[in-house]
Order: sequence, then C-alpha cells, then structure tokens
Amino acid sequence: MTARDTLLELDQVALHFGGLAAISDLSMTVHPGEVLAVIGPNGAGKTSMLNLVTRVFDATRGRILFKGQDIAALPRARIAHLGIARTFQNIELFDAASVLDNLLLGRHRFGAGAWWQQVLRTSALTRAEEAHREKVEEIIEFLELSAWRNARVAGLPYGVRKIVELGRALCSEPDVLFLDEPASGLNPEETRDLAFWIDDIRSDLGITVVMIEHDMALVGAVADRVICMAQGRVLAQGTAAQVQAHPDVIAAYLGT
Amino acid sequence: MRYDYHTRYRHGFALLRHRSDWIAYGLLALVLLAIPLFASTYLVGELGYVLILCVASMGLMVLTGFTGQVSLGHASFVAIGAYAHAWLMAQGVPFALSMPLAGLIAAAAGLVVGIPAIRVSGLYLAMVTLAFAIVVEQIIGMWRGVTGGFMGMLVETPRLMGYSLGAPRVFYYVCLFVAALVLLALANLMRSGIGRAFTGVRDSEAAAFSLGIEVNRVKIYAFGLSAGITGLAGALMAHHIGYLTPDAFTLLLSLDLVLMVVIGGIGSLRGAILGAVLISLLPNAVSALKALLPESVARQSGLEIFVAGLVLALFVLFEPTGLNGRWLKLRLLVETFPLYRRDTFRRQKAYMKSERNR
Repeated sequence: MTARDTLLELDQVALHFGGLAAISDLSMTVHPGEVLAVIGPNGAGKTSMLNLVTRVFDATRGRILFKGQDIAALPRARIAHLGIARTFQNIELFDAASVLDNLLLGRHRFGAGAWWQQVLRTSALTRAEEAHREKVEEIIEFLELSAWRNARVAGLPYGVRKIVELGRALCSEPDVLFLDEPASGLNPEETRDLAFWIDDIRSDLGITVVMIEHDMALVGAVADRVICMAQGRVLAQGTAAQVQAHPDVIAAYLGT
Repeated sequence: MRYDYHTRYRHGFALLRHRSDWIAYGLLALVLLAIPLFASTYLVGELGYVLILCVASMGLMVLTGFTGQVSLGHASFVAIGAYAHAWLMAQGVPFALSMPLAGLIAAAAGLVVGIPAIRVSGLYLAMVTLAFAIVVEQIIGMWRGVTGGFMGMLVETPRLMGYSLGAPRVFYYVCLFVAALVLLALANLMRSGIGRAFTGVRDSEAAAFSLGIEVNRVKIYAFGLSAGITGLAGALMAHHIGYLTPDAFTLLLSLDLVLMVVIGGIGSLRGAILGAVLISLLPNAVSALKALLPESVARQSGLEIFVAGLVLALFVLFEPTGLNGRWLKLRLLVETFPLYRRDTFRRQKAYMKSERNR
C-alpha cells in the first residue's frame, strides 16, 4: 500500500435528520487498491456514511469526491455507472428471480441493447447477452456458485444469499466495492471463505474494498487500514492493532 | 426424464429449449389455427374474445406481475384503446394503421398516469389508478363530440386491403395474430435487459438503484408499455362489441383483469394467458352449471361474481403462485417421473426483509 493517491474522499460531510445528527463532521479518504474496514459501535453512522456515498441520503453539508468529481448531488442511479457497487446489511436481492438473473442484473450498467433489439431479439442482442453471460459465469466460478446457478433466490440459505449479493456487485465490475457487514450471519467456515474472497477481489480483480464489519478477526485478517467511527465522526484510524489499542476506541465500545 | 444439456449459452436462454417444447407449441398453434374450420360461429366468437382478454391480461401482467405496480384502473386503458381506434376509423384511418395508433394513444395515457403514480405505491397506487378509471369513464360519457357520450358509438367494420375482417371466423384470426405477436414481443422483452430491470424494480428498489437502474423511469415505461398493450386489446374489443358505450369498461372489467393476473400467477406470461382463459370462460361454466343446481340457488343473482371471488380466495389460500405454478409442478412431475419430490416447490422460510431505503 504505497500509493497515497485518493480514490474516494469525504470532506467534512454531515447528515442530519431533523435535529438528529447521524453524521456530524466526517472526513475520510479511500486509497485505490486497499481494503479499508470501517468499524464502530451501533449507531456510529457507518451505514449512513455508505448511504451518503451511494446517494440514498442527501448530505446536509460537505463534499464527496470520487476520482475528483463531486458526487454529492448526483442522481441515485448514476452512482453505479461511475463504478461504485455495494451490498446491503439486510440482503437486498431480487427474491423471485434466479441467481443467474440476479447476477445478470449486476451487468445493467453496461447496457442491454435498444428496446427494439430486445423486442425482436436480434442476433446482435443475443451475442451481447452471451457476452454478459460469460462475464457472469466468471463470477459464478470465482465465488463457487455454480450449484445454485438456476435456483430461485427465495429458496436459498442465508449464507449463499450473502455470496450471491457479493457476486451481483462484482458483476458490475466496480472500481470500489462497499460491503455492509458481509460476515454477519455467516458461520466460521463461510467467514473464512469470505476472507479469501475479499483478498482475491482486491489482489486479482483489482477492486478497492471498503467494508463495514464487526467481526474483528475478519477485519484483522484482510484489512490494510481500519477506521473506527463513533457518533458520526472518525475516532481513530490505522492498522487493526493500532485502532484496537486506541484508548478512545476502547472508551467508545465500553461506554466509559 | 429429460435433462438440460446445453453447450452454448444461447441454447440456455432460448424460448423453446427442447424438441418436446417445439412439438407441444407447434400442436397448440395448429389447433388454434384450425378451430374456426370446425367450431360453431358462437364458439369462435367467444374464443376470439378470450384471445382479446389474453392480450389485455398480458398488458396488466407487465405492470403488476413483472414490475410490481398495482392497477385497479386498467379497464380505462381498454376503453381509451377502443374509443381511439373507433374514432380513428371513423375519420377514415385504415384499420392496419389505426390499431397501432390506438395502442400508442393508450400508451401515452399510461405515461401520463405513470408520472404521478410513481410517487406512491401499494394501496395508494391502487387508489390513484382507480380514480383515473373513474375520471376516464366520466370523460367518455361527457365528451359527446368524439365518443358519442352515453348514447354510444358504432364501430366500423374492419377492412384490410378491401377485404372485410368483420366476420367472427375471420376476426378470430386477427385476434390470434395480435395475441401471438404481443406474446412473442413480451417474451423477448422479459428475458432481456428491460424485463430484468422490471423484476429488479419489483423485488428491491434499493438494490435496483444501487445497480444503476433508473427506478422511476422504469416504472413510467412499465406503465406506458402496459397501457399500450391493454389499449391494443381495447381496439380489438371495439370490434368484438361492435357498439361502444361507457358501461362496457367499468370497474368490473378492471377487477376481472386483476383476477386473471393473480390467479394466472404473478410474474409469468403463461400465467396471464391461463388466467385470462379461466376467468373469461368462468361465466360460461357457471351458466352451464346452473342447470345442475337446485332452482333456488340457480336463480340467485350475482352467482358469477360469487364464483369468481371463491376461485380467487381458493387460489390465494392454496396456490399463491397461481395457475402457472400449478403448471410448473405438473410439468416437473412428468419430466422427472418417478423421482418427483413435492418439496421442490415448498416455500422456504423468508429471511430478514427490510423495508428501509425503498
């Protein structure tokens, strides 16, 4: 992690819901090619930070720069087109569709042909669909989802759903991938697999990863850098060991 | 038993994947083409009507089944299509041009409804569409210059290149042609990017946004497409009825369309067609049944509505996936015989479902 240039920067960002400040004054940077973990007690504003970046919420104040472009006022659906992908804390999959269709939806930002091509199912469109399918198959192979390829998401076990959601985000070939508690609800074996995948996503696929996570074993294993948030601001940052030993962090968790 | 054995991706997403599919659908097409040759004129007319309802049902399926937007006012789009078509033909526009134009006019109306309707969902959307249907019904009644008001308007006989298409046996083929065209177009659309975007918006708006789908725009498009197809059905309906009055397009028709979509099975074109066939033939079945019932029951008014309601209730209770779900189970039973497992389709426990960030 020698590169010190910036992929994503939050500059004095605030998010207020009426009188409640979910994020009061948050400044942080994400460097390209790193795995950044964001930790913090419940209500620290971790998911709110993610929702600001993905434009679910409008920032009350501050700038959000992605590759130097201020994205704080972009429409919500534009974010994916810039190369930002995310997963959700409570899994937001397309339940009635198959795993394959979920992953194909991840390819949405690369276009699916003009409407008349789709109606007529022209041979050009069929070739484009095959190209999308091939990319999806790469992800299926990468995440070992082939057993579930044609299964409906509604019938899948929880752990598999988490991986499908990760796969769907990967299918959009993002530059930065946000994972909102990827290990919650996973058993130890699944968590271990996840650790390897996150490492591979960064090293082999070249995608910067920002993960919000409570599992410190996972954070310690894969994160290059850790940011601890509390009450809507950054409390401490550094390596996992440095952050865990930081007196303010211990105080925030223990509530002294 | 039969297996999926594909060596190319395009075989995997073809519409007809197996030789047996080709045979089955080929036979179905042959039967549908041959029916007017031996069936009675009455039966052919009724079947033509069933085909028209199939088109309307597919139109609503796009909106309710694939995109998850409720509409209790789809009869208004049938009405707009029917009146637009009848008016255009009265102005001398040829039949073959007037049909698609009527569809486009209904689609435009759908877009107009869609733009305010995307701000609400669920029950509120049902109310908005219901209100729209009432407004349309009133406008048709008042706008005498164009629609003939409550007195009604006569629909001209359809003609194509000098030949009359008005006879039931000929018009049946027109209906069959339109229904097949709509089915094919929608089947293609629903297995492509637009169809996937529709299901994405239906199942999770938060995820759809995060993948770059313009959720609001997709909803408006779905409204327009759905209304356009339903309007096409309306144009056919105009010829089937022959004389248009506002009371041909009441709330009952809207509810029948919803019944077709729900009983057929949300999210499947096959379901839309099966549902339309069942619901449109139900009154005939009830009247046939009346002969067998004791007279005190048979003379009750509203027996058809009661039976339709009963069928809906039974489906919601025992087969929430509709006729399409039942069909898939039957097909799997035959395909995997004797190894069929009932649990294949057993619904799994639903995990955490968040309503936040819609």
